[in-house]
Amino acid sequence: MKRGYFGDFGGQFVPELLMPPLLELEEAMGRILKSAEFQQEYTSLLKNFVGRPTALTHCQNLSRELGFNLWLKREDLAHTGAHKINNTVGQALLTKMMGKPKMLAETGAGQHGVATATAAALLDLECDIYMGAIDVKRQSHNVRRMELFGAKCIPVHSGTQTLKDAINAAMRVWIANQRTTHYCFGTAAGAHPFPLLVREFQSVIGREAKQQFKERTGEMPYMVVACVGGGSNAIGMFHEFVNEKSVKIVGVEAAGTGEPGCTNSAPINLGTPGVLHGMNTLLLQSDDGQILPSHSIAAGLDYPGVGPEHVHLHATGRAEFGMVNDSQAINAFQMLCQKEGILPALESSHAVAWVIENKDTIPKDANVIVNLSGRGDKDMDILDDYLAQHGK
Amino acid sequence: MSITTLADKINDANAKGRTALIPFLPGGYPNKESFWKEILELDANGADIIEIGMPFSDPVADGPVVEAASMKCLADGVNLKWIIEGLAKVRSQINAGIVLMGYYNPVLQYGLEKFAKDANGAGINGLIIADLPYEEGLEFRDLLAANEVALVPLVGLNTEPERMKLYADGGNGFCYFVSVLGTTGDRDSLPEEIKVGLKHAKDIFDIPVALGFGLKHPSQLEQLEGLVDAAVFGSALIRHIDDGKSCAEFMKVWT
Ligand SMILES: Cc1ncc(COP(=O)(O)O)c(C=O)c1O
Repeated sequence: MKRGYFGDFGGQFVPELLMPPLLELEEAMGRILKSAEFQQEYTSLLKNFVGRPTALTHCQNLSRELGFNLWLKREDLAHTGAHKINNTVGQALLTKMMGKPKMLAETGAGQHGVATATAAALLDLECDIYMGAIDVKRQSHNVRRMELFGAKCIPVHSGTQTLKDAINAAMRVWIANQRTTHYCFGTAAGAHPFPLLVREFQSVIGREAKQQFKERTGEMPYMVVACVGGGSNAIGMFHEFVNEKSVKIVGVEAAGTGEPGCTNSAPINLGTPGVLHGMNTLLLQSDDGQILPSHSIAAGLDYPGVGPEHVHLHATGRAEFGMVNDSQAINAFQMLCQKEGILPALESSHAVAWVIENKDTIPKDANVIVNLSGRGDKDMDILDDYLAQHGK
Repeated sequence: MSITTLADKINDANAKGRTALIPFLPGGYPNKESFWKEILELDANGADIIEIGMPFSDPVADGPVVEAASMKCLADGVNLKWIIEGLAKVRSQINAGIVLMGYYNPVLQYGLEKFAKDANGAGINGLIIADLPYEEGLEFRDLLAANEVALVPLVGLNTEPERMKLYADGGNGFCYFVSVLGTTGDRDSLPEEIKVGLKHAKDIFDIPVALGFGLKHPSQLEQLEGLVDAAVFGSALIRHIDDGKSCAEFMKVWT
């Protein structure tokens, strides 16, 4: 009877009032996603609107320095500047084919909000975005972008006023508006079927990377690496490689400022099992089961939970999950700018930082593909603040 | 104590010709000192069952009033242990049935087996978990039932009769019917379609049917004669207490 498990993790821990729309969504996925009409339309939008396939870049200069071959899957080149658009275009098309006129979404840093507003504008859907009041202030630029696309951005004043509370607010509004509205969830987490739905739309990343790499080298990569917030860009990269047993898989969590006991965003490394936002997963929580605030310099990684499939990949040993702190991420950010002329998002910088910090464990001349999940234009203010505070 | 205590309480009230009354108060509200006094006052003034909220940091089924009250309780250091131990001390003075209401994670961290045992020991008759639908709750329902504690099913306006039947089969305590497609919080009027849903619930469940979410005045129930065995009110009571008024005064309107 239970649905949507990856080993012991996942499930559907939602109010009964949300079961009908979740069941409706599961049914619609089964009916619509495989249809020729959907596939044709989606493939065409990915090519002609999103700009896929995105490039696979061999980092000449850094590779020489690191002693192995560093390749970047360039999701920063996708429309709106991050992988998020793969998911929102897919869900917007699904919303349309389900006959619903409206989407709602949560957003933390604002990247998923912008990507949802973009897809809604393209497909003529109404769009409401819920965003923690603190995030609205620190990401005002993205709020403005959403509004330009015709979406309404609604500040959430409850709880910690960040991403987790924006998800709570969006779930509440979905209960009341389920008949007309699709909840366009932003990452491979939450209640079933969202982890599967988001993986379906993001797995294009790994499929392209595998094919591009094969065309260029005739081989399989030694390792694939991605940062993990909720887990969508990571599962998008990993999914195609899970059954390629020779390929090592590494997810990178945000360790926050990095000292022992600091506020972090690393539930796989530092959390305990529990239930939040519809899923049984690993969480940052107190002994009493209250959810703790998270922190990362990368706003998009700032979440106290994680998608259940990653917890399963961790539990089975198929993937390894490392941690990178704020200053290591900033270092990788600057290195990529200076040596390769690429401005990465702070989220993606965590993945790059992991291979830099662990370069001695990677064999000479091995091929490592890092998913560069987004571009860093959005992070300039945060970078400047950080550098000013740390006297650089 | 028995698994039928909650149904018995509601049936007794109905036998006297009235709708059973189920006030809700978050554990430790308005503060830790006066909370148990408020509970005893609710009991002395006509409550048939009292629902005690287990505060949670991320209450997705609750509106702003209950959420703000729960956050205050958390800030004051209320946890499940405080509620269960406090209840064990005063339970013999309370005539009403006792139900705890909240979210799954705090109960999970407390330990499901330990919770079932301690709940029984403290005289808790039932448990309502807002984010534990049928599929995920079956095993816990059995564990609670083995300890004479009912897992109260929640259904609503969008629950098809087929799903109600799943909950009804082996369901105990009472059926909690959510009056609106939304969160807790008082509202001026209830949706028209509620009658259809309540009729299905009355037909399908052997246990009594309670209506909750959005109740603020007994007049809201006038249209629903014969369809509602019990009424739950939370936000309206919290607002009343926030205005500095007594529980006894609030209950007078309903009794
Ligand atoms: C560029 C970028 N990378 C990564 C993430 C983290 O999300 P996920 O773990 O779902 O990929 C975000 C989230 O906003 C993002 O904007």
